[in-house]
Amino acid sequence: MSLNRKDLLGLEHLDKKDLQTILGSVKPFKSLFTRSVKKAPTLVGKTVVILFYEPSTRTRTSFEIAAKRLSADVVNVAVSTSSVVKGESLIDTGKTLEAMKADYIIVRHSLAGAPDILARNLSASIINAGDGFHEHPTQGLLDLYTMYEKKKKLEGLKVLLVGDILHSRVAKSNIWALTKMGAQVAVSGPPTLIPAGIEDLGVKVYYDLDEAVKQVDVVNILRIQLERQKENLFPSVYEYVELYQLTKERLRFAKKDVLIMHPGPMNRGIEISSDVADSSNAVINEQVTNGIAVRMAVLYLLNPKRKK
Amino acid sequence: MTEIILKAKQLQDKVSKLAKEIFENNKNIADLAIVGIQNKGVFLAKRIIFEIAKLANIKESQIPFGTLDITLYRDDLENLGSKMHIIKDTEIPFDMSRKNIVLIDDVLYTGRTVRAALDVLMSFGRPKSISLAVLVDRGFRELPIEPSYVGVKYESQKFIKVSCKESDEVDEVKIEI
Repeated sequence: MSLNRKDLLGLEHLDKKDLQTILGSVKPFKSLFTRSVKKAPTLVGKTVVILFYEPSTRTRTSFEIAAKRLSADVVNVAVSTSSVVKGESLIDTGKTLEAMKADYIIVRHSLAGAPDILARNLSASIINAGDGFHEHPTQGLLDLYTMYEKKKKLEGLKVLLVGDILHSRVAKSNIWALTKMGAQVAVSGPPTLIPAGIEDLGVKVYYDLDEAVKQVDVVNILRIQLERQKENLFPSVYEYVELYQLTKERLRFAKKDVLIMHPGPMNRGIEISSDVADSSNAVINEQVTNGIAVRMAVLYLLNPKRKK
Repeated sequence: MTEIILKAKQLQDKVSKLAKEIFENNKNIADLAIVGIQNKGVFLAKRIIFEIAKLANIKESQIPFGTLDITLYRDDLENLGSKMHIIKDTEIPFDMSRKNIVLIDDVLYTGRTVRAALDVLMSFGRPKSISLAVLVDRGFRELPIEPSYVGVKYESQKFIKVSCKESDEVDEVKIEI
């Protein structure tokens, strides 16, 4: 019962057993939240560095709380005020942090593969907190855990991902992990935001959202990355809202107990209507809570290589 | 080679003895709570509760019962490598603040498990008191921890294995020699 891994770079390379190990370890960490002392001494004396080259509030905070609840020392590197702006390379920054005896480096970068580069060059454990359009493994894990917690199964679960699949690392991590666990995954969104050949991953594509929401158990809504609007991938925000916003009206076609998820940050009134976001089907805040427990489990299960 | 220290009947007798002693020292039964350390301590704790409930003529459910997993509090996590334990449930479903807690474990040896268990308990609040009951005291303590209730004392540095019907089909205590 161990991952026997130094790093968590993506869910693509984990097998079903690894995913089960992680998901099966989350509950004790979650139950720690309900105690009067929400802390365990598991990572006493370990140093966790959070190195984010892209903006983030919830993932950064979530990792920081997770590490602190395991009693690690946490250092946040604000890239905008670090040597990176003086031109230091990613590997050199990593080596510097390792020379300071960082045991875990949690990295977010706009380029896919950046965490892999660090993992290959450093003995610290590297956790990918989002790299380009590639993966966001801990978000994928917390999504799966939340689905499992609410629906009591993943095998045969019907999950629909809606929106910008092309640019979404959350979507990719979801697809890799869900298909491995035997869930049936479908995606829905404008054709320009659905990657070509996605069917090869065992995913069904629906361009009509009304059709797609029928019969699914979970709808995971992705953020429309408004900063990409200038690439002209859809004609207008208004048109997107008309065709792909998840509204109460559209949900009339769905199962009564359909689970509504969103990785955040939400654009209310764009990909999700406010009444859906606040409905009793939505588990968006529980995803945030589970995120901490999942990240604690990952920190616990990874094994940094220790130099003798 | 293994040698049997306790057979099924003897094991159950020791459990009854522990229950009787705990009951006699806790006449104010409303303040008593039992907490088992995962895994075997939990099975033993349930049996002890059953016996105490009989002695006190109350229902088992009237004795507050909790479980503890000490994995996250171990002092040797770093050396475990791939032998990492599956973390079991830690549940203290009652307010500890005015309880006399009796902690139950199968074998007491170095005292490190109990040290960790005390830390877990303290993270839930401030109990009135904590005492310790063990089925086997193996001696060779590395920390200043002593049990209040002992089923059998068997000093040895060899591994002692407790099997319980709940998980191993048989009740017995064996030592590898």
